[in-house]
Amino acid sequence: MSAATATTPIPKNSGWRLFLQTVIGRAYPRVIGQQREKSWLIFEVLLPLINVAAYVYVYRAIGAPEDYVGFVVIGGAMIAFWMNVLWSMSSQLYWEKEQGNLALYIIAPTSLMAILLGMAIGGMIATLLRAGAIIALGTLLFNVHYVVINPWQLLAVFALTMVALYGLGMMTASVFLLFSREAWHYVNLAMEPVYLLSGFYFPLKNLGFWVALGASIIPLSLGLDAMRQLAFRSGPSLGFLSVPLEIAMLSVLSVVFLIAARWLLATLERLAREEARLTENRR
Amino acid sequence: MNTEPPLNDLAIKTEALTRIYKIRGAKKGDLRERVALEEINLSVPRGELFGLLGPNGAGKTTLIKILTTLLAPTRGRAWVAGYDVVREADKVRPRINMVSGGETSGYGLLTVRENLWMFAQFYGIPSRLAHQRIQMLLEMIGLADRANTKSSDLSTGLRQKMNIVRGFMTDPEVLFLDEPTLGLDVQAAREVRAFIRRWMDENPQRTILLTTHYMQEAEELCDRVAIIHNGRILACDTPEHLKQQVQHEAIFQLVVEPEQPLNIQTLETLPGVLRLHQQWHNGGLQIEISLAEESVLPQVIGELERQQAHLRSLQKRQPSLEDVFVQLVGLRMEEVERERGNGYHADPQE
Repeated sequence: MSAATATTPIPKNSGWRLFLQTVIGRAYPRVIGQQREKSWLIFEVLLPLINVAAYVYVYRAIGAPEDYVGFVVIGGAMIAFWMNVLWSMSSQLYWEKEQGNLALYIIAPTSLMAILLGMAIGGMIATLLRAGAIIALGTLLFNVHYVVINPWQLLAVFALTMVALYGLGMMTASVFLLFSREAWHYVNLAMEPVYLLSGFYFPLKNLGFWVALGASIIPLSLGLDAMRQLAFRSGPSLGFLSVPLEIAMLSVLSVVFLIAARWLLATLERLAREEARLTENRR
Repeated sequence: MNTEPPLNDLAIKTEALTRIYKIRGAKKGDLRERVALEEINLSVPRGELFGLLGPNGAGKTTLIKILTTLLAPTRGRAWVAGYDVVREADKVRPRINMVSGGETSGYGLLTVRENLWMFAQFYGIPSRLAHQRIQMLLEMIGLADRANTKSSDLSTGLRQKMNIVRGFMTDPEVLFLDEPTLGLDVQAAREVRAFIRRWMDENPQRTILLTTHYMQEAEELCDRVAIIHNGRILACDTPEHLKQQVQHEAIFQLVVEPEQPLNIQTLETLPGVLRLHQQWHNGGLQIEISLAEESVLPQVIGELERQQAHLRSLQKRQPSLEDVFVQLVGLRMEEVERERGNGYHADPQE
């Protein structure tokens, strides 16, 4: 190191540039990790497809409308996002703490919201590939027919669902800051009930109005229902609420979850600092 | 007259800093308190390599956690680079960095270069400059040939070198090194220490707070050392001045071969014997003895002969920080750690 390099201060970005750099920096391991760990092809595409196949054969055996097969394929693909939010968003800060990364995130001059957003965007991009693979394979294997009248609206609903879903993930990630090992159990606890309440494998409407309304707090329920309405001929007749209403509700959920995430993150970070829960307990 | 420099000239300052942990017991509602830091007053001027020396559990890491904004103090205040660590944490963070021994940060799937680049992004270092600095520091620390290796494939020593680069890469005003050579082999520890010293020598404004329980590391690296035990600072001065505290003592290292178990108590109660420590080493009993004055030595040797312990070697030793620690605490550091059940490892780097 030359004397000049050693004494000249390094130019560093701040404000929105730092925020953006952090988002990209934290998204990078998620996106690149996907390419380096090929096992996801088996665990996250083929295994969900087996589940999808089971429902497809049940529906065909009982003579359900053929669109139900498409519903299941779309549901199976969206499960990938829910798994990603649960395991790689909600409980992630706990794992980061155990690994020693959380302390480094906290002492860095960047915002923890940017870290969470980077995690979310990276996870979303990586999962998009998995979900796409499930849809492509499911469509080919089970001969699914889509009737998409308004692809832009379908895309917008998907994007809104992602914002709301990952907003929920960011919010719960903040709560997990306070958890220790029990984080694992809470994640497990949230897995199966959501499979049911989101209507992954059947139309949400079948849950009955009040249960379906309650389940709408999970963005996937409304998002999936709206996407099915926009992608299949019988979709509108099997839909829970009208697509515009579902879009409005998803928009509200997105805003609420993101604001709550920001508030919870600040509050729980302060609390965790007071209670010595920001660093791992090994040392 | 108060001769303390103004806050802006200090890299670190603490005032009556205290941290009490609340520990939950096995029963519901059973809450105990453990004082990890008690009334710590420290002033570290800019440009100093300051050492905190103490056994595991002494409070070193707790102090670092508070100074790096990771932990709130229960009482008292602390400033880093002139800013309050609680009220102005957002001003402290751009000016600091931290590296801990045995750290497993980063992501195993990423290469060394990618991991470092990622952390550089969190400090707002422009990508191109980050890559230049990473390359330069990797070359300095001897890790350039492993830049494209996945970090999960690195040995402990190489991984710690990567962590060191991560901490230094942002060129912090104040750098916190928490046991940076913990678990490293002799060569890797030596390289890390040389790197630290070189980095400090290059810019007089840089400050490092280093915690260690390796006496030699503190002596070799630090401008000043604070000895910490049970959450309290027992002494704080340059290594030379600290050692002068025990300079009046005559310290001898003897190796004897006893024919029968030695009665140590008789030796300890001899007039003029201040402290004594014994351990088996290479088949002989090694005794380290501190005497009020050299003239007491013949009586010690006489007593050993009386007990049929044959003297194999005798060496006068210069006082070390270990002697200072023993004088202050009454126990050697390894004895403190053994009492706590910390599984003390004698310095493998010596």
